[in-house]
Amino acid sequence: MKNDPVDVLIIGAGASGAAVAWSLADTKMHILCLDQGGWMNPAEYPSTGRDWEAKFYGEWSSSPNIRKRPEDYPINDDNSPIKVVNFNAVGGSTVMYTAHWPRLHPSDFKVKTLDGVADDWPIDYDALTPFFEENDRMMGTSGLSGDPLSPLSHPPMPPQPLGLSGPLIGKAMNKLGWHWWPSDTTVATTDYEGRARCINLGHCTPACAQGAKSSTDITYWPHAIRAGVEVKTHCRVREILTNEHGMASGVVYYDKDGVEQFQPAEVVIIACNGVGTPRLLLNSVSGKFPNGLANSSGLVGKNLMFHPYAQIYGFVKEPTDSNRAPPTCLWSKEWYDTDLSRGFVRGYGVQFVRGAGPVFEAVTSEQKGILPWGRDHHRVFRKLNGHRLGFSAICEDLPEEHNRVTLDPVLKDGHGIPAPRIDYTISENSRKMMDHALARGREILEAAGATDLCVNAPIPWGGWHLLGTARMGTDPARSVVNEWGRSHDVKNLFIVDGSIFVTSGGVNPTSTIQALALYIADQMKQRLANLFD
Amino acid sequence: MSDAKQLTAAQRADLRTIAAMIVPASDEYKVPGADDAAIQADMLATLGRDTTLVAQALDHLAKLAGGPLAELDDSRRDAVAQEFRKLGGAAAATLVRVVLQCYYRDDRVLRSLGLDPRAPFPKGHVLPDGDWSLLDPVKARGGTLRGASR
Repeated sequence: MKNDPVDVLIIGAGASGAAVAWSLADTKMHILCLDQGGWMNPAEYPSTGRDWEAKFYGEWSSSPNIRKRPEDYPINDDNSPIKVVNFNAVGGSTVMYTAHWPRLHPSDFKVKTLDGVADDWPIDYDALTPFFEENDRMMGTSGLSGDPLSPLSHPPMPPQPLGLSGPLIGKAMNKLGWHWWPSDTTVATTDYEGRARCINLGHCTPACAQGAKSSTDITYWPHAIRAGVEVKTHCRVREILTNEHGMASGVVYYDKDGVEQFQPAEVVIIACNGVGTPRLLLNSVSGKFPNGLANSSGLVGKNLMFHPYAQIYGFVKEPTDSNRAPPTCLWSKEWYDTDLSRGFVRGYGVQFVRGAGPVFEAVTSEQKGILPWGRDHHRVFRKLNGHRLGFSAICEDLPEEHNRVTLDPVLKDGHGIPAPRIDYTISENSRKMMDHALARGREILEAAGATDLCVNAPIPWGGWHLLGTARMGTDPARSVVNEWGRSHDVKNLFIVDGSIFVTSGGVNPTSTIQALALYIADQMKQRLANLFD
Repeated sequence: MSDAKQLTAAQRADLRTIAAMIVPASDEYKVPGADDAAIQADMLATLGRDTTLVAQALDHLAKLAGGPLAELDDSRRDAVAQEFRKLGGAAAATLVRVVLQCYYRDDRVLRSLGLDPRAPFPKGHVLPDGDWSLLDPVKARGGTLRGASR
């Protein structure tokens, strides 16, 4: 079935798709977004039920391979110590994330120049500054301006309370003389743009029933739709087609009834994340593009970067915030920049974790062997529950071509579309970084008086950040898109998600992903008259 | 959900026995064990997608025990449980998680922990603001941002 052509077709309604749709809406072009998921219903979010913690092990798991909602696609990540986690719906993985909101640092855009590794980005931090600010206003951020070791930001809302856990961490960091600061977050601490303020449901990651955590279904999309953008849900794109001129002509997708459709478009924008985007490009094979679309460099799917997480946690005598607050509240950039005396290049950001709920505490502590079976179970559980403090280092993952997304020869999704396969190993540099981080985490937790320390390095189901698999650059032989997101090979094809990252930095990437999407939309608007030249 | 019917009577009996070994009742803390009838009913009613792995775990347990777990003497039962915990893999881990996730949402258990037995939404929680003067040393130390143009 063929539909009426649109000016701009966006594939994916998550973090970047929503931002680019909203920004382009003021052109008054006919813009359509297709998403494989649907609109979420906050009344059904886990925190509305008594089984709120159990749901995270099933239908609200962060892993699509465990969750298995009809909107999900399977991912073969057997050959990776870090498993992919995501969410597929309008809002994408912003529905299911911790709302931690650091930006990449200026130094992250010139790692080759500063440290002689990987590549510099084709743009710098300053090019993104206005878009970081615009994005913070649109998403609604909270935080405390003036962090001496982070890029200057101006969150429109005050920071989250320090609670019980924050001062314990702050005192320990002060004792050691190390940097810490309240995190910028996308948790509304006051009523903001029609959204209610945070009431500390605590179970933020698998969606916020209060609507205090920013996800693009409740931030960008209402504005974009009011401005005329159309969203079609439960539409899974199989491939992008091209015409005789080598331009994208539209996409083939399966609609909500499973019927194959063709949607013609003048411009196609991909916003499917660092796994979904290379999967779609590699599935878009034709005579002119036998190795997948936009892949003359051979780099589509390569250079996958995850951010290996080094996590250590322990238990203090004082009560902590447990599940009674957003999970993260503080960060540290003490070890963000390169110091070769540490034995590795580049660095890591730290996010501190306030605690855990009783089920999560019982399950993880039993698995770690610190919560016994039998008579002593109750005494030990009371020592652990409500007393956890955590430290997680987000280690910068450098690009390596052997870390990659390809198409699995066997595995397919519910529509018969080949599924992605992940091949990934943690580099020696990252291992040394994780070891360093764990040693610092141990010092901090011990300074806070914590005992019974437990380690997860890497966090196995920690593949939240999917980056680098369609990198940007000025050289068509060494990059997939140019410095403003347009494919080198297909002049009306753009990519705006985390796959265009050149390097990963050592922080959660969503703020930077969205700033990049807004930057690319702005570049497109400035070049509308000669967009395809 | 009818998944509970997929566990046989023998499997349900072993589930009750192993649950009590994981979390026994306690007079000291005034809490039921995980073999409590209401907690067991919750497990069976909500097994859902975990049914297959839990059934596998219980089959493995029955094999180790060579018969109903409840009929073994204490030392033999403990030995079987230890082996099950050590070598049971993903299936055993799932069973233990099912036991714990149902136990730690029981009203009596939550109250004994000083927790309000309710869903987080809509009441939420109140957080103390905390002592912001703790940031003073960080502000005083300052710092520079590497690679920044200004």
